[in-house]
Amino acid sequence: MKKLAIMAAAVVALTSFTSSGYKVGDKAMDFKLKNTDGRMMALTSLDNTKGFIVVFTCNHCPVAKAYEDRIIALDKKYAPKGYPVVAINSNDPSQVPEDSFENMQKRAKEKQYTFPYLFDETQTVAKAYGATCTPYVFVLQKTGDDYIVKYIGAIDDNRDDATQTKNKYVEAAVDALLANTPVTITNTKAIGCGIKWKS
Amino acid sequence: MKNIKRAGLALFISIVSFTSSHVSVVSFEQLKQEAALKHNDTLYVVNFWATWCDPCVKELPYFQNAYKKFNTRKVKMIYVSLNSLKDLPKVEKFADDNDLKPKVLLLNASDPNVWINGIDSSWSGALPATALYRSGKKLYFHEGDFTQDKLNDLIQSKIK
Repeated sequence: MKKLAIMAAAVVALTSFTSSGYKVGDKAMDFKLKNTDGRMMALTSLDNTKGFIVVFTCNHCPVAKAYEDRIIALDKKYAPKGYPVVAINSNDPSQVPEDSFENMQKRAKEKQYTFPYLFDETQTVAKAYGATCTPYVFVLQKTGDDYIVKYIGAIDDNRDDATQTKNKYVEAAVDALLANTPVTITNTKAIGCGIKWKS
Repeated sequence: MKNIKRAGLALFISIVSFTSSHVSVVSFEQLKQEAALKHNDTLYVVNFWATWCDPCVKELPYFQNAYKKFNTRKVKMIYVSLNSLKDLPKVEKFADDNDLKPKVLLLNASDPNVWINGIDSSWSGALPATALYRSGKKLYFHEGDFTQDKLNDLIQSKIK
């Protein structure tokens, strides 16, 4: 009986572990999602990459908006070095019409996104990765055929003023990977808009 | 000259902090003093929200209803806005228009990476979020919104 209880506890622990998404060191799954240009896109669709800066973001969230230009700057700086940005919107547009696919297309055009902006309509990617809010970043490193999670969390430590940041977490992580050194800060947090899950 | 500048800055900061009787701007340490470190029987319901967070705005009335329903000597609501400091007038207007009581704070804390874990290590940073404290102890934390019934049941179960 006692054994059964321990087993049950282990199963509960395991379930809560897997449902909480990736941790640093985990293999991340590839996905196939619709880009704002109408084409389906996977991580494997991009050539000459060493990894990816996967950003869960959206149109409506003020925090995501505050980071838009910084996300564009990340892609400009790191895509040529092999770490392009891949942006994903996982919000349910029936709750937030501003985050519909059509509005994603508009935003990508207005802001002249240089990176894919993908629609995670079924929310399976956000769930598998464990994204909870926007913006939320996963830095992945390509190792053979695998994508290994190297960093999870915030872009930097100052949402209100990009010029006042003390720690540019994502840049530091990608710089470390490019220099073949360990990423020092692998997990961070920031206030964001909760992803609007389908009920 | 430097001193005058400093005095001016201090005055500016104190004006920003104290002009509103409704919304106080607090540091993380001050927030802990307000909510987590009071040694009395009162249950402090600390709700983290922002004017731009729709699910937050939707659930605020549930907290207000609960505040009316329960003995206000035993239950106190603290609404902690995570709007930017520049949004203070917006938060004040919202608090006024919606009669948020008894306490509304705007948390002005740098390095969210530290203080979010200081509230709860399971908190991802998504809003809304709610923590319950009494006598210096955290009794409960929840990331996400509530229904009225769930909130009432929770408070009922924690009240002394």
